[in-house]
Amino acid sequence: MTRRVAVVGVGYTKFGEHWERSLRDLSTEAGALALADSKLDGKDIQALYVGNMSAGRFIGQGHLGALAAEYAGLLPIPATRFEAACASSAVAFKNACIAIQSGKYDVIMAAGAEKMTDLMGTDAIATLMGAGDQEWEASVGLTFAGLYALIARRHMAVYGTTREQMAMVSVNNHKNGVLNERAQFRYEITVEQVLKSAMISDPLTLLDCSPITDGAAAVILVSEEIARKLDNPIWVLSTSQATDTLALHNRASLTGLNATRVAARKTYQETGLSSRDIDVAEVHDCFSINEIIALEDLGFCEKGQGGKFVEDGKISRDSEIPVNTTGGLKSVGHPVGATGIRQLADLTNQLRGRCGPMQVTGANTGLALNIGGSGATAVVSMLANGDAKPKR
Amino acid sequence: MVHKSSVPLYWRLQKSRYTLTGTKCHTCNTVYFPPKEFCPACRRKGDIREFRFSGRGKIISYTVIRVPPEGFEKYTPYTVAIIELDEGTRLSGQVVGNPESIDIGRKVSPVFRKFHEDGPAGLIQYGIKFELVAEETPLK
Repeated sequence: MTRRVAVVGVGYTKFGEHWERSLRDLSTEAGALALADSKLDGKDIQALYVGNMSAGRFIGQGHLGALAAEYAGLLPIPATRFEAACASSAVAFKNACIAIQSGKYDVIMAAGAEKMTDLMGTDAIATLMGAGDQEWEASVGLTFAGLYALIARRHMAVYGTTREQMAMVSVNNHKNGVLNERAQFRYEITVEQVLKSAMISDPLTLLDCSPITDGAAAVILVSEEIARKLDNPIWVLSTSQATDTLALHNRASLTGLNATRVAARKTYQETGLSSRDIDVAEVHDCFSINEIIALEDLGFCEKGQGGKFVEDGKISRDSEIPVNTTGGLKSVGHPVGATGIRQLADLTNQLRGRCGPMQVTGANTGLALNIGGSGATAVVSMLANGDAKPKR
Repeated sequence: MVHKSSVPLYWRLQKSRYTLTGTKCHTCNTVYFPPKEFCPACRRKGDIREFRFSGRGKIISYTVIRVPPEGFEKYTPYTVAIIELDEGTRLSGQVVGNPESIDIGRKVSPVFRKFHEDGPAGLIQYGIKFELVAEETPLK
């Protein structure tokens, strides 16, 4: 990167069903939390970038940049909304980094927000299909659980991945989320419970699926010059984005996400680091199978070995590569437009050593993967506390 | 389509949906379904013309949807598969019949069926679904 960028403040609301609070309340709270954490003042912020997937249909609200800026008391700075389905806020984060690198701005608030529970369940499911192909996937009755079920069935057939291995992903995320006071679900579950929960779309059951959630998250990004004056900045080493076909059926392979592989390769090239140098990872587990595939596509294990990697306990907090140490999308919740920034907020706190009982000892370098749709957008970001050096 | 929509949306997709009409680029011989009016491979050198698919193909993956989106409630559960057409492209489609018999690799052929109703007073949509081709029993 030309001009270095750092994260100096993070915050997110409690994730869950906020029947008593609207999108504007949630986004304002998240912004205030991030700003207080940064020790900067609202007057220092020069631009607001907001990730959101579908407020237009979830709550009938467009023009989110203006809404969020007004309620956060940030008028009249430029405020812009970014949309890339469930990867919306990682895309906002990436573009905020670019704007600071360009020299145009020195301080940007990058945020994400989604209010999903104002719609009835079946309508929310239909709204989420806006992340897929409306004319040729949604039209035949596909849902997002259905799309990832198609991926799961193929992965099971080609690599022998088991239902139990997928269930263990949800079990690990729930175990981690118990300690996260902002998580939607704070209780442990068992493999048996996952397998016996209601079938949503074979082979995926209810507990393979991340929930419908309301929530907002925000981070404060600054240039190197400003970061040097603040406590413990976390440096953005790289943020890479790649794209694949909108519809799942148009991809040559269903068992991996090429957008993840391309974005990861770019990130490793830009940083001179590899998957072996990562101390902690935030990975997009919208459905259990997606975490298994992500572990493969990010290079943490060989292609097809993701299920075994999970089964062997290599993703728990004290193991080889601690994944989703604060609960992942499954336990923290998945307000689609907020998830990318929530992942980066938790990753930042891990690298600052501020995760309390959830802390990974000595975490210096971290990676986050945020995915949009069934893999049409992938954003891989790498952050570090100080300089990150290859371990071997 | 899940929302209450005007007629043109269904009308313009009708030909593709009713007859599996896609396109073929005669420069690179790639077939497209759903139809593409622009060949992403050949770009300005592309020569796109209409192409009708047979609808015969095989199942790449499948799932039984048990929690449906709005508009599909009364058809649930139903099976959706990714099907590789014999002419060489893939699409998502419903497979009719007993889900127990469906498997990866099974051959399918097209059937014309009702898809769903756009609300109590809305349009009724039809299109192509797929059924399993009976497996040949080897002669003794």
